[in-house]
Amino acid sequence: MTQAITVAGLRKSFGTTHALDGLDLEVEPGEVHGFLGPNGSGKSTTIRVLLGLLRADAGAVRMLGRDPWADAVELHRRVAYVPGDVTLWRNLSGGEVIDLYGRLRGGLDAARRAELVERFELDPTKKGRTYSKGNRQKVALVAAFASDVDLLILDEPTSGLDPLMEAVFRRCVAEERDRGRTVLLSSHILSEVEELCDRVSIIRGGRTVESGSLADLRHLTRTSVTAELSGPPDGLALLPGVHHLEVRGNRVGLQVESDRLNAVLRSLTESGVRTLTSTPPTLEELFLRHYQDGTGTPEVAR
Amino acid sequence: MTGVAADARFAVRDAGPRRHAGTGTLLRLALRRDRLMIPLWVGVIALMVLSMPGALDGVYPTAAERADVARQMLANNSLRATYGPVFGDSLGGLVAWRAGVFTGVFAGIMSLLVVVRHTRDEEESGRQELLSAGMVGRRAPLSAALLAALVANAALALLITAGLAGQGVAGAAALGLGTAGTGMVCATAAAVAAQVTESARLAKGLAGGLLGAMFVLRAAGDSAVDDGSSVLTWLSPVGWLENLRAFAGERWWVLVLFAAAAGLQAAVAYGLAGRRDVGMSFLPARPGPATGRLGTAHALAWRLQRGSLLGWGLGFLAAGAAFGGITKGAADLVGDNERTREIIERMGGQSGITDAFLATMAGMLGMIAALYVVQSVLRLHAEETSQRAEPVLAAAVGRLGWAAGHLLIAFGGAAVIMLLGGLGLGAGYGRDVPAVLGACLVQLPAIWTVGGVAVLLHGLSPRAAPGAWGVAGAVLLLGWIGPALGLPAAVLDLSPFGHLPKLPGGDMAWTPPLALTALAASLVALGLTALNRRDLATG
Repeated sequence: MTQAITVAGLRKSFGTTHALDGLDLEVEPGEVHGFLGPNGSGKSTTIRVLLGLLRADAGAVRMLGRDPWADAVELHRRVAYVPGDVTLWRNLSGGEVIDLYGRLRGGLDAARRAELVERFELDPTKKGRTYSKGNRQKVALVAAFASDVDLLILDEPTSGLDPLMEAVFRRCVAEERDRGRTVLLSSHILSEVEELCDRVSIIRGGRTVESGSLADLRHLTRTSVTAELSGPPDGLALLPGVHHLEVRGNRVGLQVESDRLNAVLRSLTESGVRTLTSTPPTLEELFLRHYQDGTGTPEVAR
Repeated sequence: MTGVAADARFAVRDAGPRRHAGTGTLLRLALRRDRLMIPLWVGVIALMVLSMPGALDGVYPTAAERADVARQMLANNSLRATYGPVFGDSLGGLVAWRAGVFTGVFAGIMSLLVVVRHTRDEEESGRQELLSAGMVGRRAPLSAALLAALVANAALALLITAGLAGQGVAGAAALGLGTAGTGMVCATAAAVAAQVTESARLAKGLAGGLLGAMFVLRAAGDSAVDDGSSVLTWLSPVGWLENLRAFAGERWWVLVLFAAAAGLQAAVAYGLAGRRDVGMSFLPARPGPATGRLGTAHALAWRLQRGSLLGWGLGFLAAGAAFGGITKGAADLVGDNERTREIIERMGGQSGITDAFLATMAGMLGMIAALYVVQSVLRLHAEETSQRAEPVLAAAVGRLGWAAGHLLIAFGGAAVIMLLGGLGLGAGYGRDVPAVLGACLVQLPAIWTVGGVAVLLHGLSPRAAPGAWGVAGAVLLLGWIGPALGLPAAVLDLSPFGHLPKLPGGDMAWTPPLALTALAASLVALGLTALNRRDLATG
């Protein structure tokens, strides 16, 4: 089965700024793929290349097995897109825009449209100018989820939604996955990504710095361990892969690289363990590590 | 006591000593944003006026010749309709006659664009919200916009006064102040329009329509009498400009009319500005349908542009009828003078004064229709840069299909409004309707050529697209002022309108219109090819 999205060595410059500098991205059919990166790292530029709105300078890009620039229109029958910043026509009602977008794609499932309008608590009779940011996003989301497509491309789609609507959104994405559709989800809301995504790609400065399942990525990072021991700890500081060791009497707090956890536990049990808490690395920690580590590449706009 | 305290609080809020807070900062912002636009407008208008004395001196070098031409111009009511009456036969007097009406109209367009750009445009885009959240008084945005317009008009008045001072300081000052006064009347009218409408496009349309009505009123009044004393002329601020009588015994009190009108309109605008929510107008938004029937990019384009096309169509019908009505007296010429005929021919007409007048009016409608076609083509640009095109093009819509919907309305719409203008002209004139219609429709190839340039510029780059306004403006200048300046034929030939056969009256030469149509088609084809290859603007 062909990949839903394959991007290899994608480059895109705007004048002298290099927005994308050899980006790679693989999205498998039927998965929800998280697309993460700091502001201005090139997420939206990548998405616009995937949509055939921007032309790649170099690199291979395939979407649903086809060239997104040359076969844009045919591809777009099978793709629904939700931009992060939805702009509507001031004198068209939300309902009109939903139906328009649906017809401009492969078509709209009327029953699902009605159900989604209900679930998102959207008033489709309001005119474009009177919607709030969140409601404008709902218009685009309803149109996307009700469209009969194979691939959804969502670019920070929940930035204006309230927590209730955010929960509705998550259920909708889960339903899409259950129906076998592929979702590329660009997001900064890490709990959303952790809950929804099978795999993630983290980009920075126009390059992919990490890609894989969340389990794979966690493996690369540290686990936090706190323990209360029967006696004073012994030799922990000498173990490889231990960081930020703090000892107060019989209490120990430390971080350990996930593949070195075993040795730490052995050392702890030797001193006798009374209580033990171990926290796997959150996506947030993973994220911060990639966002903050100076790699020397300046971030570029867009 | 409590009541007094409450009253005092309300008094503070209503009197609003800080209602203009932040005006200075906003003015600097406005001038910074317009650092290209205002100097360009002011420069082009001033250059237009300041090149007149030399040009007119070249055509009519002696005082006797000038007196002669002034007498003839004054006697011909169709020329009065176009340029206004001649009040003085000095070189300055002729300059004021030839340039006055048009500098006024151009200063008006500049002013209304500046004001709407810094008021309703800012609110519509949502930028005003962030500004108004700062230390910005409720009236400050309006004040800053009006001051920006004032700066532009004052610069224009200064340039005209200084540049024409050689012809007489008083006359130069009168023409400069009158131009600035017309500009400020339009600026304040636009300020009112910006308060009552919710879209910048509509505000510009209303203010522009008002300016068009001012021109037509003045034209009708001047065609009826030869001394500018018609009520219709006095109803129009453009008419006040000519009634200032620059270089011909200036009537300074007329300036009071500009001040009064601008002051009154500004007061209305301020009154409205204080009573309204930011971003909203006075009309509550009505709910729309819960489901829509729009299903294609073409239908969407039609939905977006139909209102504008309707407005242009009605405007052309009315303007055509007014021009047609004043045509009847066009042949009332004192004597059958060779030179007048020559001048009329230079204006674009041919033998037969009535035919020449109709041809001139048809040409004028054509050149204004070029503005329509540019505006309509640039709707593509507006859709693209506002990010509204992005989701449409992310659906199964090709760029060509998306563009074609708008271009059909631009190019077909030009034909519709010229047809309506021709019907109005024919009906107003009451004779030769098919010939008048033909005269209007023969303008289409030139209009389409200007539209084709707009398509090409937009196709090449979104940043180049607004340059199409410059092209349309240059075509207008060449058509209205160019012939009188005795510009070399090579320059005049740059305007596509210069190549059209002069109808009615002239021979219908098929080659130029067909060649222009082919040129327009290739420009469109080139533009669409380029559009299909380039990146979409991403904000």
